[in-house]
Amino acid sequence: MFSRAYRAAITLPPLLWVAVFLLVPYALLLCYSFWSVSPSQTIVHAWTLDNYRELFRVNVYLQTLFRSMWIAARVMIFSLLLGYPLAYYLSFYAGARKDLFYQLVIIPLWVSYLVRAYAWKTILGSDGVLNTLLQYVHLTKHPLEFLLYSPFAVVLTLTHIYTPFAVLPIYAALEHIPRNLVEASHDLGASPLQTFWRVIFPLSIPGVLAGATFAFVLSLGDFLAPLLLGGPSGIMISNIVVSLFGAAYNWPLGAAISLCMLLLVVSLLFLSEKLEKKWSFR
Amino acid sequence: MATTTEPAAAHSAKSGVQPLLVIRNVAKSFGKNPVLRDISLQIAEGEFLTILGESGSGKTTLLRIIAGFESANSGEILMEGERLDLLPPYRRRVNTVFQHYALFPHLTVEDNVGYGLRVAKLPKDEIAARVSEALAMVKMTSFASSKPAKISGGQQQRIALARALINRPRLLLLDEPLSALDANLRRQMQVELKSLQREVGISFVFVTHDQEEAMVMSDRIALLRMGELEQVASPREIYSRPATAYTAQFIGHTNLLRGEVRAGMARCNSLSWKVGLPDGPALFSLRPENIRLATSAGGSDINVVRFHGKIQHQAFHGATELLQIVCDDGLTLSVRTATRENRQGDSQLEFSPADAVPVRKSAERG
Repeated sequence: MFSRAYRAAITLPPLLWVAVFLLVPYALLLCYSFWSVSPSQTIVHAWTLDNYRELFRVNVYLQTLFRSMWIAARVMIFSLLLGYPLAYYLSFYAGARKDLFYQLVIIPLWVSYLVRAYAWKTILGSDGVLNTLLQYVHLTKHPLEFLLYSPFAVVLTLTHIYTPFAVLPIYAALEHIPRNLVEASHDLGASPLQTFWRVIFPLSIPGVLAGATFAFVLSLGDFLAPLLLGGPSGIMISNIVVSLFGAAYNWPLGAAISLCMLLLVVSLLFLSEKLEKKWSFR
Repeated sequence: MATTTEPAAAHSAKSGVQPLLVIRNVAKSFGKNPVLRDISLQIAEGEFLTILGESGSGKTTLLRIIAGFESANSGEILMEGERLDLLPPYRRRVNTVFQHYALFPHLTVEDNVGYGLRVAKLPKDEIAARVSEALAMVKMTSFASSKPAKISGGQQQRIALARALINRPRLLLLDEPLSALDANLRRQMQVELKSLQREVGISFVFVTHDQEEAMVMSDRIALLRMGELEQVASPREIYSRPATAYTAQFIGHTNLLRGEVRAGMARCNSLSWKVGLPDGPALFSLRPENIRLATSAGGSDINVVRFHGKIQHQAFHGATELLQIVCDDGLTLSVRTATRENRQGDSQLEFSPADAVPVRKSAERG
């Protein structure tokens, strides 16, 4: 249909874009992860597996990675627990207010991530809104210290930020369920609760998986929330990568950790897609 | 407005018991738009009743009110003397075969069929036995472990039927279940559905817009027009004695003769015949097959109306053909006769006055 030259002309720019901004950086990252840093703080361009050995030898890296996964898992669970009922209400009961509520879910996404993270800082801090209130109503005598600078604060903030990412795919999945299936279930004698567990929930699983993947993967790689709200106990793996590429000037180790995380995330995405396929029937 | 021949001759005669379902003065509107007005209808035990109507006549809404997916604004529905319309759909002993089958895509054929029994928490072995029985009934045993997406439309139709019937409902509702099938399969399914209904003895309420389908399958037809019942009667009766002009035209093909009755004689253009009607304007339905091509000019017979006309158009329909005849006075009539080649232009025609059925003018609505 189109001439070869034309096809080359339209495919070349995106190919170049992917090559320059994706493939080359990843290739460089891969190279760096097999290089090392000399005591005089220069990159030694000689192949070595030291960075990967270091990663598995030094406890703090693996510990932080597991803590990050545990934080991400909690964010995922809370996002689903909050997001599913919201999506369900939106899809089945919101009626004429559906569009309004949908916009209300979307709007927070327009607000800068940083602003929302800082907002939690002012809420959870020692002189923050929450502690002031608790003391004002005499529920506590002293500010609660665990509220801020803790994994709790990170999980809370990330849940707030990533719940819309869980709501949207679940909502889309629920909207795709033909309503006559719900009627058919009632018609066959199933109560509303039975209908939910036997028809609606199974058919919404692809959306749940997509939402869970979003919440988990986005939280796993987060570094601003732990930086602002996590304190020493709330450090996540990305904070380590950031410092290795920054102040610590150990790009090779940073690259090795990054690649391990990349591998983890890609396998998760792959798994989630497999499962989503298994649970979709159209 | 409804002329109700009630209950159906075949079914009322055998027992004097109360009807299975009584629909009493049901009305429904969506917003300001009335969809059903004052519907009263009875359904006998074991009856095959078809609700026939054009799209927008309210037939699906009526079905959904019986199933419980919509509630009526007024009126009531009783099943065996008890209020049905107050129960949620999952407590009604009514099952539905949906227009697009509504099979659960995530469940296998046998899990779809067994759904109603499983939510009723019946013992596992009883479920298994009844599922295989139901699958055998619709000849789908070999597809038990297929997913609905993997079977054809006709097969999905059978599964939808088995899934509904396995619950042993008192009443089965069918919402245009054959409309998605191609013509040959549809005819085959009409026959199968009818014989299945006789076999299980459950009352069927079948919704369709296809008058031919209604005629083939039903014990009685309830013709719905713009939210009101136009006529409820057996197919034979509704065809041979339509109550209104709309019924006559919707069911089969007809010639509507607009005329006047004076002193016991009906007159329509130059045609006239004896009737037992009061004086005034009148409408008559004369089926095309009741007009014959006369063999000879013949004498004057009081029992036949004879007239002369020209064949204007001849449409071949296989065994029969439809002729457009223009009478000498300009009246155009459709005539259905056995097929014959090379018709003459001029013809002598006749019909019996008894076949010119007086019909009411259908009420203006809308």
